Amino acid sequence: MTKEKEFKRSDGRALDETREIKAKVGIIKRADGSAMFSFGKSKAIAAVYGPRVLHPQHLQNPEKGILRCYYDMTPFSVSERKRPGPNRRSSEISFVTGKALEPVLQIQNYPNTVVDCYILIVEADASTRCAGINAASLALANAGLPMNELVAAVSIGKTGDHFVVDLSKDEEDFTVMKDGKEIKAATDIPIAMLSRSEKISLIQLDGKIKASELKEAIALAKKTCKKIVEIQKKALKEVKNN
Amino acid sequence: MEISTVMKKRIEELISKGKRIDGRDLEEFRDLKIELGVSGKAEGSAQVKLGDSEVIAGIKLDVVEPFKDSQDEGVLIVGAELSPLASDRFESGPPGIQTIELARLVDRGLRNSECIDFKKLCVKEGEKVWSLAVDIYPINDAGNLIDASAIASIAALSQAVFPEYKDEKVNYGELTNKKIPFTNLPITVTVYKIDSKFVVDPTTEEEDASVARVTFTFTYPNEELHSMQKVGEELSESEILEMEDIALKEGKKLNTKISNLLKKA
Repeated sequence: MTKEKEFKRSDGRALDETREIKAKVGIIKRADGSAMFSFGKSKAIAAVYGPRVLHPQHLQNPEKGILRCYYDMTPFSVSERKRPGPNRRSSEISFVTGKALEPVLQIQNYPNTVVDCYILIVEADASTRCAGINAASLALANAGLPMNELVAAVSIGKTGDHFVVDLSKDEEDFTVMKDGKEIKAATDIPIAMLSRSEKISLIQLDGKIKASELKEAIALAKKTCKKIVEIQKKALKEVKNN
Repeated sequence: MEISTVMKKRIEELISKGKRIDGRDLEEFRDLKIELGVSGKAEGSAQVKLGDSEVIAGIKLDVVEPFKDSQDEGVLIVGAELSPLASDRFESGPPGIQTIELARLVDRGLRNSECIDFKKLCVKEGEKVWSLAVDIYPINDAGNLIDASAIASIAALSQAVFPEYKDEKVNYGELTNKKIPFTNLPITVTVYKIDSKFVVDPTTEEEDASVARVTFTFTYPNEELHSMQKVGEELSESEILEMEDIALKEGKKLNTKISNLLKKA
C-alpha cells in the first residue's frame, strides 16, 4: 500500500470532499438581500443594502457604483473571545472580499451609488472568508442586482503532502514532527471563482507548496466551486417570494 | 423619528382606538421563538426571534484576575453590536449611545436581579475568577431590540456550561457538563407610550411613533423590580405606575413563555 492511500483526513472526508454545505437565501428581512452559507461548523451570514446614494458626496463615482464589503466575526465565534470590532485581519478580508465580488456586478449601471455588503461570522472553524464570499454572492443575487455570474469560493489546503478541499480548523493547525520538534505543515489557499468565465477573483496563500503545485490547487478549486455554484443556484430558487 | 407624518398619524389613530397596525392588542407580544446552541464555539448561545426582530447572543468564559473590590467574585461583561447588517439605520464604527444603552440595559437587568451567583464564579480568591462575556448581535431590526436582546441573553446564559479548566488553563474545546450558576430568569419588558396610550413590543414604525419608553426588569414569582430606565418625554407618576403594571403583567406571561421554550429547546 502506498503512503497516499494511508492518509486520512481528521474527520474522515475524502481529499476532494467539502464539509456539509448549507445555504439559505433571504434570512434578514430588513436587508435588500441576504443569505447564510456554511461549511460544516463555519457559518457566515451576509446582508446587502443598496444600491443607495453614497454619502459623503465626494466619495461618489459618477461613472459607476461602488461595492463595499465588511467582514466581521462575533466575539463568541472563536475559542478565545475576540474583541468586538474590526482589526487588521478583518480589514484585509473585507478588502479582498470586495475585490472577489465586484467583477460580477454590473455596477456601472448605478453611478453615484453604493452597495454595502455586511458579512458576519457566527461560528468559525476555518475557511470563514470563503463561507463569507459564498453568502455574500447569494445576498447580492437576492438583492436583485444584475450580475454577470455568481461567485463561489473554497479553501484548498495542503496538509503534509496532500492537497485537500475545504480546510477545517483541525487541518489548518496540522503539524508534523521534524527533528524532534512539532512544526506547522499546513498551507491554506482560499480561491474564489466566477461561475461561468471560471476566472479567479480571489486567491491567497499562506504556508508552503512547490511552485509547480499551484496548478493542482487551482484545478481542485475549479472542480469544487462548480459544485458550490449548484448549491447556490438551488438556494436561490428556494427563496420564498414574499 | 424616521417614519412619515402620515404613517405616524395612522399609528396614533389606530392606537387611540386600541388597535395596532399589525392587528395585535396594545399589550401583546409578537410570536417568540428561541433556538439554543447556534454557535458551537460559544459556551452558550441562542437565537431569538420576536416577530421579525432577530437577535443572536453568545457567552464566552475565561479565567481572569478579580477586581480589587470583589476578590472572590466573578466578572460579567455585556457587549452589544448594532451592526449595519441588521438595519439600514445602523452604521459601522465605534459604538454609539444606542448600542451602549442596549448593552447597559441588559447588563443592569442581569446584575441587579442577582440571577448570577458571582461567588460561585471564584476559582481562587484574590487570584483567579471566571469572567462571563455576553455578546449581543441583533441580525434583523424590526423593533423592540431591547426586550429581544434581554431574552437572547438569558436564553444563552441558561444553556452555558463551564469549559474545562486544568493546570491554570482553559481548554475551550472541552466543555464540562457543569452549568454556570445562573438561576431565576430576569425578565425585561419595555413599555412604549404612543399618543396617550401604552403598548409593548413595538415594531420599528411604532418605536418611531412613540414619545417615551420605560424599560423594567422583574423576577418572578416574587414580582421584584430590579432595573428601570425611562427615555423620552416626561411622564406623570400615574403613567409610570400604569406602565409598571403593564410590564409586570406582560413580564409574567413572558416568563412562563420563555421558561417553557427553554425547557423544550
